[in-house]
Amino acid sequence: MDTIKDTLTGPIFKNNPIALQILGICSALAVTSSLKVTLVMCLALTLVTAFSSLLISSIRKQIPGSIRIIVQMVIIASLVIVVDQFLKAYAFAISKQLSVFVGLIITNCIVMGRAEAFAMKNPPIPSFIDGIGNGLGYSVILIAVAVVRELFGAGKLLGFEILPLVTEGGWYNPNGLLLLPPSAFFIIGLFIWGLRSVRKEQVEQPDFKMARHTAVGEGA
Amino acid sequence: MEHYLSLFIRSIFIENMALAFFLGMCTFLAISKKIQAALGLGIAVIVVLGITVPVNNLIYTYLLADGALAWAGLPDLDLSFLGLISYIGVIAAMVQILEMFLDKYVPALYNALGVFLPLITVNCAILGAALFMVERDYNFGESVVFGVGSGVGWALAIVALAGIREKLKYSDVPDGLQGLGITFMVTGLMALGFMSFGGIDI
Repeated sequence: MDTIKDTLTGPIFKNNPIALQILGICSALAVTSSLKVTLVMCLALTLVTAFSSLLISSIRKQIPGSIRIIVQMVIIASLVIVVDQFLKAYAFAISKQLSVFVGLIITNCIVMGRAEAFAMKNPPIPSFIDGIGNGLGYSVILIAVAVVRELFGAGKLLGFEILPLVTEGGWYNPNGLLLLPPSAFFIIGLFIWGLRSVRKEQVEQPDFKMARHTAVGEGA
Repeated sequence: MEHYLSLFIRSIFIENMALAFFLGMCTFLAISKKIQAALGLGIAVIVVLGITVPVNNLIYTYLLADGALAWAGLPDLDLSFLGLISYIGVIAAMVQILEMFLDKYVPALYNALGVFLPLITVNCAILGAALFMVERDYNFGESVVFGVGSGVGWALAIVALAGIREKLKYSDVPDGLQGLGITFMVTGLMALGFMSFGGIDI
């Protein structure tokens, strides 16, 4: 029972796919300017990761080693097509806003990475849970970034006004930089800084350290 | 001609794959510690993008688009929902063929690119370029220019970042920001810099 809980919650903070393993960053940056779009993206990615892990793991003994990447790609691509068609049918406006990024779930390294590192070696049920865990780890960071960007950039959350803007007679002067794409880099950078200040074991060692001051004292 | 030149400049600077659309970020951050490696990967991306975008364009126009199969007597067929799976298949196959071709005929280049070629299949810049090509309805000529241009832009960005990171290792960075954190900050600043190209129209 403990291992299942670990598989599910481990990727959220201890071994976060974005902050620690640098996986799946492309979409993390581009879709986070509004919370609604972000939630749809997170849901899509979590579902694709979970089901691709489940399917790949259930046929892992039949996949020949030399063509496993292609087999995984085909499974992932088919799942993404299902998600893409579903969004086009039921949420066309959001699907337009996400534009190419739904398709890019195929090359999102989290999906491939979990298939290769976990699903190929473990039975279907743990793989499914591992997929959901990693999807949640990705979602936590994306949602945090999206909340900061939409709240302070536009004064809204999910389209509802939280901080009334100066232009509409309120008091909040929005920070336009947060709506621009580069701000996502700064927010994720700061997020990693915060996470690593709490969890010291994640800090990377520098290549070079500053040497101690060794000048000989006066009069010597 | 001017139209192509303008598209080329736009895909390198204004719509830079890495810094304006954040595509190929995983490899962008992982392989940018040394200029030499970044240059090798950059050249590989230019070559692969220059080949796969036009090939995907042909596949889309003659096989997948709405009514494209009229030549086969099936004018009502719309296979565009198979797009994603065909593009990724083409990319994986192209990378594999390129690897075998270089191994046989240009061993020097193969040794230089060797480790990076397989990585490119999962680089989102390649699939992203194919999807943008479809979304923006480029014709064959435009897709060649767009493929090469966005490859050059990506290579330029990763070499520039590698240059900065090589200098950065001598600086005294706070513990928590060491490595990944500071790289994010630098990339953010570079993206801001590249935004100054926005609005230029040639």
